[in-house]
Amino acid sequence: MSYPHRHEMETTTILSRYHGDPEALGLEGWLERGGYATLKKALDMQPDEITEIVKESGLRGRGGAGFPTGLKWTFMPKEPSSDRPHYLCCNADESEPGAFKDREIIRWTPHLLIEGCLIAARAIRADHVYIYVRGEYFPVTRTLNTAVTEAYEAGHIGDDILGSGWSCDLTVHIGAGAYIAGEETGLMNSLQGDRAEPWIKPPFPAQAGVFGMPTTVNNVETLASVPMILENGAEWYRQWGTEKSPGTKLWCCSGHLSRPGNYELALGLPLRDIIYDICGGAPNGKRVRAVIPGGSSTAFLTDDELDCETTYEGLMEAGSSLGTASPIVMDETTCLLKAMRRIAHFYAHESCGQCVQCREGTLWITKILRRIEDGDGRMEDFDTLYHLCEQLTGRTICVLADSVVFPLRSSLDKFRDEYEAHIRRDACTAT
Amino acid sequence: MKETEIHPAVASAQPYQLAEREEDTGLLFESEEARDRLRKVLSRYPVKRAALGPLLNYAREKRGWVSVEAMEEIAEQLELTPAYVRSVATFYTMYNLHPLGRHLIQVCTCIACHLNRADDVFERFLDETGTRPGEISEDGRFTVMEVECLGACGFATAVQINDEYFEGVTPEKVVEILEGLD
Ligand SMILES: Cc1cc2nc3c(=O)[nH]c(=O)nc-3n(C[C@H](O)[C@H](O)[C@H](O)COP(=O)(O)O)c2cc1C
Ligand code: SF4
Ligand code: FES
Repeated sequence: MSYPHRHEMETTTILSRYHGDPEALGLEGWLERGGYATLKKALDMQPDEITEIVKESGLRGRGGAGFPTGLKWTFMPKEPSSDRPHYLCCNADESEPGAFKDREIIRWTPHLLIEGCLIAARAIRADHVYIYVRGEYFPVTRTLNTAVTEAYEAGHIGDDILGSGWSCDLTVHIGAGAYIAGEETGLMNSLQGDRAEPWIKPPFPAQAGVFGMPTTVNNVETLASVPMILENGAEWYRQWGTEKSPGTKLWCCSGHLSRPGNYELALGLPLRDIIYDICGGAPNGKRVRAVIPGGSSTAFLTDDELDCETTYEGLMEAGSSLGTASPIVMDETTCLLKAMRRIAHFYAHESCGQCVQCREGTLWITKILRRIEDGDGRMEDFDTLYHLCEQLTGRTICVLADSVVFPLRSSLDKFRDEYEAHIRRDACTAT
Repeated sequence: MKETEIHPAVASAQPYQLAEREEDTGLLFESEEARDRLRKVLSRYPVKRAALGPLLNYAREKRGWVSVEAMEEIAEQLELTPAYVRSVATFYTMYNLHPLGRHLIQVCTCIACHLNRADDVFERFLDETGTRPGEISEDGRFTVMEVECLGACGFATAVQINDEYFEGVTPEKVVEILEGLD
């Protein structure tokens, strides 16, 4: 390939150190690699000490919203009473189009996730962890099940963990195909045996979450990052990234790329370097036309806008968002109207239907885009689509409705010529 | 692992093997194995109702799909109304409320796969199996459906066949994949 392969020197494999190493999968191999040593360390620490280190590290939630993890843990009550136990839910429902990082973590390092869950459970004084895995992930669920069974048998989970006197259970719960079950309140409803319908906060999870008890929901990548932070300290973690976005992040790169896949990168690299140097740009010498940087719920950037810093604040400044760090790249041959219609279809399919704006709005958007695609578009459709953007923003129970507005509004703003060409029934502007 | 050795912590999350399912006869919770699974699942949650998802999964695991009778049985076991069970079961996409072909072929046509010819892959699967979306092929072997993002976007097009992932699928590879299925 003509483009220089710079990606080897750019990646920072700390979280993903053992990805690709089959020996790290089993308990024995994991222990040889120093596994569960940090859990031992955590067992000698007070819950608040653990939380403090995570807080200092500046670790932010990797599930999409980027909420500071340590701070989230401090919202939990200080002492559980016997009738109000605490729960930790690990969010492994990964269904955001573009994201495929949590699967990779479970696939290669299931024991790392278990260790992270237990340390977090200790920090928030939970005595039961539920790992909610999306139903489609059969192969990795098998991997996780084996690891959990091994860890139970070796005394790393269960009663009196490693002789510390502290007990914590862990249950793997399998979903059944619903994106909305990834939203934290939807996840908790689903876990309780209900429809995965989000609820209006308050009550917040830390007050009354799953089974009505104080609960913390964290993403797989967030929890898997905890052991290394506790092992090496907050300062160590902060050597990567920026003040507001410390550490590393798994990037899931997909779409039209020469080298798509997962890359662990220090936060703060220019997005252009990720797309071109690490992933080799679009294949076959094509030009990049558009990028959705953080998974399908984030705003489009054009090729000219790629010189932004890949941090939570940097992408916000660029008018998009880091989301799940899952850039979907579209080359010059892509019909962006069709791509947007496909994205809108996803949200229409996954809307839980509680809020009228979301249930009807996502469907209308999909239908209008389809109609324009079929050559029956009208110039007034722009007004209708912008009006729907207004109606779907900030008015609903959860932010699924807002999630479709980010890509839609940005594509209307930035690729208006594409829509107009279709409406006039000229040739599509894709080459 | 034999069924009886399943650890309670993972009893509710057993991946299924559609191809090895048992004949759809009799009651689901008659066997010792099923009652063992039920006990284990119930032991993991503070409320009975939370076992609903796991039991619907169990029904699908054994039979390949979840019938109205299976839902009624589950309702009885968990002291829920059949209507409630149905309201939950219909919310999700994976409980398979209708019988399906022996191999359930789900082609991701979501955005990243869409950019990598997923629509052509989907059409090719339909053509080669001679079915329309959701239908069972005449020989009972295949059902082909579209599915939303499978979480394998970097390896597009992603296709899930029963509990297995196929990645980097192109229309040209479809025949070979089908030939590998019994
Ligand atoms: C529609 C929707 C879908 C979501 N899906 C996921 C998901 O699949 N995985 C995830 O970790 N977080 C998802 N989230 C974010 C969660 O609500 C929650 O913020 C997150 O799990 C918290 O974990 P963190 O603080 O570690 O990021 C979703 C949010 C919304 C609104
Ligand atoms: S915004 Fe949409 S997905 Fe979220 S609760 Fe309302 S209807 Fe459901
Ligand atoms: S878009 Fe097909 S697997 Fe994600």
